[in-house]
Amino acid sequence: MPAVSKGDGMRGLAVFISDIRNCKSKEAEIKRINKELANIRSKFKGDKALDGYSKKKYVCKLLFIFLLGHDIDFGHMEAVNLLSSNKYTEKQIGYLFISVLVNSNSELIRLINNAIKNDLSSRNPTFMCLALHCIANVGSREMAEAFASEIPRILVAGDTMDSVKQSAALCLLRLYKTSPDLVLMGEWTSRVVHLLNDQHMGVVTAAISLITCLSQKNPDEFKTCVSLAVSRLSRIVSSASTDLQDYTYYFVPAPWLSCKLLRLLQCYPPPEDGAVKGRLVECLETILNKAQEPPKSKKVQHSNAKNAILFEAISLIIHYDSEPNLLVRACNQLGQFLQHRETNLRYLALESMCTLASSEFSHEAVKTHIETVINALKTERDVSVRQRAADLLYAMCDRSNAKQIVAEMLSYLETADYSIREEMVLKVAILAEKYAVDYSWYVDTILNLIRIAGDYVSEEVWYRVIQIVINRDDVQGYAAKTVFEALQAPACHENMVKVGGYILGEFGNLIAGDPRSSPLVQFNLLHSKFHLCSVPTRALLLSAYIKFINLFPETKATIQEVLRCDSQIRNSDVELQQRAVEYLKLSSIASTDVLATVLEEMPPFPERESSILAKLKKKKGPGAVSVTELEDSKREGGELNGGGDRGPDTAAMASTPSPSADLLGIRSAAPVGAAPASAGSLLVDVFSEAGPIAPSAAVNDDGFLRFVCKNNGVLFENQLLQIGIKSEYRQNLGRMYLFYGNKTSVQFASFTTTVSCPGELQSHILSMHLCTKPVEPLVEGGAQIQQVLNIECLTDFSDAPLLNIKFRYGGALQNLTLKLPVTINKFFQPTEMTSSDFFQRWKQLSQPQQEAQKIFKANHSMDTEVLKAKVRQNVTPHSIMYRLTLRCSKDSVSRRLCELLAEQF
Amino acid sequence: CIRFILIQNRAGKTRLAKWYMQFDDDEKQKLIEEVHAVVTVRDAKHTNFVEFRNFKIIYRRYAGLYFCICVDVTDNNLAYLEGIHNFVEVLNEYFHNVCELDLVFNFYKVYTVVDEMFLAGEIRETSQTKVLKQLLMLQSLE
Repeated sequence: MPAVSKGDGMRGLAVFISDIRNCKSKEAEIKRINKELANIRSKFKGDKALDGYSKKKYVCKLLFIFLLGHDIDFGHMEAVNLLSSNKYTEKQIGYLFISVLVNSNSELIRLINNAIKNDLSSRNPTFMCLALHCIANVGSREMAEAFASEIPRILVAGDTMDSVKQSAALCLLRLYKTSPDLVLMGEWTSRVVHLLNDQHMGVVTAAISLITCLSQKNPDEFKTCVSLAVSRLSRIVSSASTDLQDYTYYFVPAPWLSCKLLRLLQCYPPPEDGAVKGRLVECLETILNKAQEPPKSKKVQHSNAKNAILFEAISLIIHYDSEPNLLVRACNQLGQFLQHRETNLRYLALESMCTLASSEFSHEAVKTHIETVINALKTERDVSVRQRAADLLYAMCDRSNAKQIVAEMLSYLETADYSIREEMVLKVAILAEKYAVDYSWYVDTILNLIRIAGDYVSEEVWYRVIQIVINRDDVQGYAAKTVFEALQAPACHENMVKVGGYILGEFGNLIAGDPRSSPLVQFNLLHSKFHLCSVPTRALLLSAYIKFINLFPETKATIQEVLRCDSQIRNSDVELQQRAVEYLKLSSIASTDVLATVLEEMPPFPERESSILAKLKKKKGPGAVSVTELEDSKREGGELNGGGDRGPDTAAMASTPSPSADLLGIRSAAPVGAAPASAGSLLVDVFSEAGPIAPSAAVNDDGFLRFVCKNNGVLFENQLLQIGIKSEYRQNLGRMYLFYGNKTSVQFASFTTTVSCPGELQSHILSMHLCTKPVEPLVEGGAQIQQVLNIECLTDFSDAPLLNIKFRYGGALQNLTLKLPVTINKFFQPTEMTSSDFFQRWKQLSQPQQEAQKIFKANHSMDTEVLKAKVRQNVTPHSIMYRLTLRCSKDSVSRRLCELLAEQF
Repeated sequence: CIRFILIQNRAGKTRLAKWYMQFDDDEKQKLIEEVHAVVTVRDAKHTNFVEFRNFKIIYRRYAGLYFCICVDVTDNNLAYLEGIHNFVEVLNEYFHNVCELDLVFNFYKVYTVVDEMFLAGEIRETSQTKVLKQLLMLQSLE
């Protein structure tokens, strides 16, 4: 076949490229380019009209300059001119320039679309393909608008050439991906599906990509493609290696088309039609059989092509997950690949087996390869292969092999690549938790993790071990003993100090009987690490110390001395200083009773999805949706199928939304008491009483929470209206003044306000006397009107009354509903009592429902605030969380108050 | 589907960049550099696949040139690996023992070859015979 000579056709271009290549420096290159740009610019601006050849040559030079990385800001018009040339070479350069340097200049787009339109209707297949390729490469919205309806016609027309059909199919795919709303397949659906039967394999190859994409979005409309795909596949698979001539690649018939057919089938469940299904199973068996036949060529291309089909077939088998026989055969085949000399195959086998591990039919078969996989983890040279081995170990792990796998992963961690350590740590932590039969093993594993890879142990991991220890009293003593021992190491990781500080602070008493770990020994051990630690760890240790004072009164003097020294109470770090000062004071003035209450053991954490799992998902997650979905389905599948008795807990995991992987997961923890009925449903109640009303926006309660602790201010403001409030309360009575200000210069007409009490509020909780005459229906521009509400509280309540305002502004009806800031605490009376009285009263309110507790993130920076009512507030070791505990004689009051106050910090 | 195709030499010079996804120019330059960094450190004992951001690169080295295809992580590695080889065989036939310089001097023709074989991020035509026949037909046009 004749070869293309170098730079044939355009001598000037070849000379220019040679010049550039001969430039000795970047500067020389830039100089040469600038010279050329000046030359081209003068040619384009010159009086003489350029002939097509010159135009093509200069546009091509510009393109070359652009591809070298230089900006091009002219020549677009000349390129567009080339589109209307009737010479192929000129047209091609024009289209290439447009495709590479897309420009959203609207004037040009119009001209380009015009040229494309002409070429599409030219009936010249070469020109049609150029135009279609340009649309496929650019794929802009404007092009979709102009051509989305035309291209399906070209695709299915009887007289369209095969090569044009190929381009049209993929061009349409591109437009469908960028502007799905503009590509309406409706009437063409069936004819497009039947392209799977086209005689020309190239047409099928191109069309199937389009069909696959459309099937993913509209599976029902395209489901007839399943039987067509099966019969096409069957014909290919059963053909002899030379039958397909042009489409046979290294003795493999149509490998790419086979893969695409198998992939299309993965958009659907197994065929329902028995005959179709039988034929498909036959195909899959044939593909598996061929893998066992001696190769027809020694070339790697032959085996790659063959295995490309095999792996795609295995994907389909896994997707169906319903043919135990095929699944086990697939697993055996992959097992052979695990020891293959080709790294590619070992890698792919590990990857594919990972999904097989999640099928109940093949999970056991996968497990038989555990030794090989462990060996791969230890010996593979390519880190990505080792990574796949680690993934597979993770996927095949269940109760029967967890100890072995975790041990292997831990030992691998000692030498693992830095890039994968964090993920390995998460995996070990998850497996250890999930398959822990006795929790002492779990504690050992996590402490080992910290020892081996402390830097890679994220907060989630050490938070989690603490959560678990706190929630399981059978392991607390062991945990205390083990961290105590671990802390003996002369150099231990800071994360170990954190876990140690926390656990000894809570449970140090459980090992204090042993003189080798007496309270003072424990304290001295912790304190010996103090000075090497960062501020957050020191803060945690200070909290551990104050807990020690409560656990072991005999350490009080020693600890107070530590707190009292200048490096603590005068520490330049505010957080440390504050803790030292407060803890010192607390320990010196509080009675043992008070201390015991303030420093009581942490309550159990609510059971929830492991935040580590969420972290692992997140780590794998961001990016292509397909990635996340795949990972999730793999993992969830794995959990469902792995072991016998994991049903309920995995169900919970699957249903818990993962993004709440905050600190210890406490932010999303147990909202105490039922949430108030949603604003939406309240609104419905109001309306059902008041009769049909123009639709209104949902209740606006932005201002509401700002008024919990104050009585006057602006409740609401938008561009039209400002509503101010002044209110006063005495015992069970309140009076609220509402000020409505018209901010515009135009009159509001039909201005009406209604106050309503949703639900129970109306009948027996709160009575509202609207003692005003209805407001004036007209509010002049710039004017303000006033309304007075008298309120009487009869008993405690949770919901707030609603204020509805309606008026006409410039003809449009405005409708607004606000929550009036009338809250239970407005009717509180302050009481003076000493701290001992307070705690006595506190203890009397001991019924569980009398207490409401909430742990939440601070919205504002923390400062000490005096709170009314009986409020206890603990700051958790992570200084950005509050724990708010309320006790009231009425449980409904505790709950409501807790909700209201929690929003104030 | 294919996100981009890159042909680079060992020094990191780009001989072809074909994008099937919207990136701005700075991003393209970054991708080019990253791919080069990721691929050139690997040796023959390594796989022909590398995880890359949220995608993967399937690549093969021919003499001093790296042919890299960036695809979705769920795509079929071996099919694209042989897709590269099929493309290289077509180039080899078309340019008669293709070398790096052919790609430099005929860069605008290489785009034509790519469009014949890959379009909109999908495989368009796999038959070498059909592609070469079409290319020669185009070659004969003025």
